[in-house]
Amino acid sequence: MLLVATWFYVWGLLWAIFFITDGFDFGIGTLYPFLGRSDGDKRSMINAMGPLWDGNEVWLITAGGVTFAAFPLVYAVMFSSLYTPLMLILFALILRGVSMEFRGKVDSPAWRRVWDTCIFVGSFLPALLFGVAFANIFQGLPLDKVNQEYLFRGNLLTLLNPYGLLGGILFLLFFLVHGALWLAIRTEGDLQQRAVRTAAWIWLPLLLAAVAFLAYSAVATNLYANYLARPFRFVVILLAVAGLLGIRVFLARQQFFKAWFASALAIVAATFFGIVGLFPRMLPSTIADTYSLTAFNAASSQLTLKIMLVVVLLFIPVVLAYQIWAYHLFRTKMTGEDMVY
Amino acid sequence: MDPVFLSRLQFAAATMFHFLFVPLTLGLSILVAYMETRFARSGDETYLRMTKFWGKLFLINFALGVVTGITLEFQFGTNWSRYSAYVGDIFGSLLAIEASVAFFLESTLIGVWIFGWKKLSPKAHAAVMWLVAGAGNISALWILIANGWMQHPVGYVLRNGRAELNDFAAVVFNKFAIMEFLHTVPAAFILSSFFVMGISAYHLLKKQEIDFFTRSFNIALVLGLFSSIWVAVQGDQHAVHVTEVQPAKLAAMESHWETTSAAPMLLLAIPDEENERNLFEFGRIPGLLSLLGYHDINAEVRGLNDFPKEDRPPVLLTFLSFRIMVILGTLFPLLTIIGWFLRKRLVENRWYLTIMMLAIPLPYIAIEAGWVLAEVGRQPWIVYGLLRTTNAVSPVAGAQVLSSLAAFILVYGLLGLVGFFLIGRFALQGPPAQPAPASR
Ligand code: HDD
Ligand code: HEM
Ligand code: HEM
Repeated sequence: MLLVATWFYVWGLLWAIFFITDGFDFGIGTLYPFLGRSDGDKRSMINAMGPLWDGNEVWLITAGGVTFAAFPLVYAVMFSSLYTPLMLILFALILRGVSMEFRGKVDSPAWRRVWDTCIFVGSFLPALLFGVAFANIFQGLPLDKVNQEYLFRGNLLTLLNPYGLLGGILFLLFFLVHGALWLAIRTEGDLQQRAVRTAAWIWLPLLLAAVAFLAYSAVATNLYANYLARPFRFVVILLAVAGLLGIRVFLARQQFFKAWFASALAIVAATFFGIVGLFPRMLPSTIADTYSLTAFNAASSQLTLKIMLVVVLLFIPVVLAYQIWAYHLFRTKMTGEDMVY
Repeated sequence: MDPVFLSRLQFAAATMFHFLFVPLTLGLSILVAYMETRFARSGDETYLRMTKFWGKLFLINFALGVVTGITLEFQFGTNWSRYSAYVGDIFGSLLAIEASVAFFLESTLIGVWIFGWKKLSPKAHAAVMWLVAGAGNISALWILIANGWMQHPVGYVLRNGRAELNDFAAVVFNKFAIMEFLHTVPAAFILSSFFVMGISAYHLLKKQEIDFFTRSFNIALVLGLFSSIWVAVQGDQHAVHVTEVQPAKLAAMESHWETTSAAPMLLLAIPDEENERNLFEFGRIPGLLSLLGYHDINAEVRGLNDFPKEDRPPVLLTFLSFRIMVILGTLFPLLTIIGWFLRKRLVENRWYLTIMMLAIPLPYIAIEAGWVLAEVGRQPWIVYGLLRTTNAVSPVAGAQVLSSLAAFILVYGLLGLVGFFLIGRFALQGPPAQPAPASR
C-alpha cells in the first residue's frame, strides 16, 4: 500500500518537475515572436534556454518512462486514449528541438523565419495541450471496460470541453510568466525590461485563470472530496496562492530569481492540487467509477516497484545535482561572446 | 484500415529513422572526445579545430537523434497499449532506467559542452564530452536490454494476466541482450569511422587541409579496423545464439525449408512462401549452414516446414537483409585492413580515397538491414514465443493511425532532407581557417 502510494506521488512529482523546467522553455518559445524584435533579441532568447532545454525535456521522457514502469496500465490507457493530442505534442517538440539547432546554420532571413515559426508553434502547442490533457485527467475520461479491457469512448473533441480548455489556458499563462521571469534573469537591457513588463502584465490574467480553475474544479471534478476528507491538504492550495502572490511581490522588487522560484512553487502546487485531489485515481472514468484506473489496480508488481524506487531514489538526486550545476554554470547573463559555436 | 499493419509500418518507419542518427552519435562522440583530449593534453590547435569541425557535424546529427527518440518512447503507449499493459512490469522499467541513468546525463552535459567553452578548462571540457559519449553508449545498453528481452524473454512469471518480473538479474544479464549490445555498438563505431574516413577522403582527394584530414582519417581508421573485425567475428557468435533461441528466424534467414543435417548455405535464393520452397537457388555450399549455426558441419538444422505457418516470419525480407548485412560485413574489414597499409600514403592512393568516400552509405545500409533482420525475423511475435504482434496493438481507430503515419512520413522526410543537407554542407565546406566564433 505504502509503496504504491509513494509511487503515486513520485509520479506526480516527476510531472511537476517537468512543468517547472521545460515550462519556462515553452514560455520563452511562445513569447519569442512577440519579444524577439531584432535578430539579436531572438538569439538572446534562444541562448537563454539553449544550454538547458534538452536536459529539461528528459523530465518528460522520465515521467513517461516511470508511468510505464510503475503503472503500465495507466501508460497504456492514457497514451492510447490521448493518441492525437499526444502525437501533436510530440511533433511540436520535434519541431522545437530541431529549430534551435538548425536556425543559425544557414545565413538567410527566409531560412530563419521558417525555424522561428517552428519554435513558436513547437512551444505554444505543448504548453496548451499539456494543460488540456491534465485538466481532462482531473475531470475524468469516458473510460469503458469490456472483457477486462479499458476502452476510451471519446475523441479529440471530447477533450476540448470548457474545463479542459480552461486548464490549457491556465498552463499556458503559467508558462508565459515562468518563461518571462527566466528571461528577466538571463537577459539584459531592453529585452530584459520587456520581459519584466510582460511577466507583470500576464500575472493578473494568470491569477484570474487560477482562481477560475480552482472554482470550476469544484463543479467539474471530484478533486475536493480528498481535501474535505483531510482539510490539512488545503495547504497545497495555499502554497499555490502564496507562489502566485510571491511572483508579484518579488517582481515589484526586481528580485527576478526569487520571482522565478515563486512561480516554480506555484506550478508545482497547482500540479499537486490535482494530484492530491486525484489520489488514488490516475485516470478517473466518467462512465462509472469502478472503471477508473487507480494507483492500486494499475501498479506494477511489488518487485518492480521496489527495484524502480531504488533506481529513482539513487539517480534522481544525482540528476538534480548535475542539473543544478549546469543551471549554476549558466546563471549569468549570456552575451554573444559565450557562443563559440 | 488495419491498425496492426499501420502501427507496424509506423513503428518501423520511426525506429529506422531514429537509427539513421543514433549510430553516428554513439561513435562520433567518442572520436570527438578523443580529439579534444589530444588538444587538452598537447595544446595542439589542429586538434581543437578537429574537435570543432567534427563536433559541429556531431551536434546536428545529435539533435535529430534526440527528437526522433521521443516519439519512440511514447509509441509503446499510443500504438502498442496491449503490449505495454502486458509487459510494462519488465519492459517499462528498462526504459525508465535508461532515461534516468543515461538520457539525463547526456542531454544535460551536451548543453554544457556546446555553451561551456569559456566556462570550463580545456580538460574539464573534454571530460564533459567523454561523459556525453559514455552516457550515449549506456543508453544503448539499456534499450538493447529491453529489445533483448523481446527477442528472448527471461526472468518473468505469468501472473495477474501479464508478465511480471521475478528475476531482475536474469533480465539485465540476458545473453541475447548482451550479444545485441556487443554487436550493435561496435557496428555503430564502424558507421562513425566510415563517416569520418569518407569525409576526410573527400578533402584529401581535393588536397585540402591535408594534415587535418590525414589525422582525422587515421584516428577513425583505428576504430574502424578494430570494430569491423570485431563485428564480423562476434556476428558469427550472435548467429549461433539466434539459432539456439529463435530457430524459426534462422530458417528464414537462410530460406531453409526442409529439416536436414549437414544443411547447406545458399548464396542467393528466391523464396516462394506460397509453395514452401525456393523458386531459385544459387551457390549451394554444403554443410556451411550447420557449421554457422552450430559450429558443426553435420548438425541438423530445422527447416521452415517444421514450423506451423502462423509461426513463420516473412522469409524474403529476413533472408535478404541477412545477405546484405553479411556481404557488407565482410567488406568493411577488408577496406580498413587495406587502409592500414596505406595509412602513411593516403594522398597518393586516390583510388582508395575514392572508394572510401563512396563507402559512407554502406554501413548505414548494413545497420538498418541488421535491424530489419532482427525485428522482422522475430515476427509474428512481438515478444518471442509469448505475445503475438497482432495481440499487442492499441484499440485505436485505423484512421487515427493512418493520419499519424502520414504526419511521420511528412515531418521525418523533411527533417531528414534538411538534416542531411546541413551535415553535407558543413562536411564539404571543411573547417574554417581559424577556430572562428561562428554564430548559432
Ligand atoms: C554496420 C553494421 C553491421 C554489420 C557490418 C554486421 N551487422 Fe549484424 N547486425 C547489425 C549490424 C551489423 C545490427 C543493426 O546492429 C543488428 C540488429 C540487432 C542487433 O543486435 O544488431 C544486427 C543483427 C545481427 C544478427 C541477428 C540478431 C537478431 O536476430 O536479433 C545476426 C545473426 C548478425 N547480425 C550477424 C552478423 C554477421 C555474421 C556479420 C558479419 C559479417 C554482421 N552481422 C555484420
Ligand atoms: C533502432 C533500431 C531498430 C530498428 C531499425 C527497428 C526496426 C523495426 C522494424 C522494421 C519493425 C517492424 C517489424 C514488422 O512489423 O515486421 C519493428 C518493430 C518493432 N520493434 Fe524495432 N527496431 C529497432 C529497435 C527496437 C528496439 C530497441 C525496441 C525495443 C526496445 C524495438 C521494439 C519494437 C516494437 C515494439 C515493434 C512493433 C511490433 C512488431 O512489429 O513486432 N525495436 N522494429
Ligand atoms: C525503440 C526503441 C527506442 C526508444 C524508445 C528510444 C528512445 C529514445 C529517446 C526518448 C531519445 C531522446 C533522449 C533525449 O532527449 O535526450 C533517444 C535518443 C537516443 N537513442 Fe534511442 N530509442 C530507441 C532505440 C535506440 C537504439 C536501438 C539505440 C542504440 C543502440 C538508441 C540510442 C540512442 C542514443 C545514443 C540517443 C541520443 C540522444 C540521447 O541519448 O540523448 N536508441 N532515444
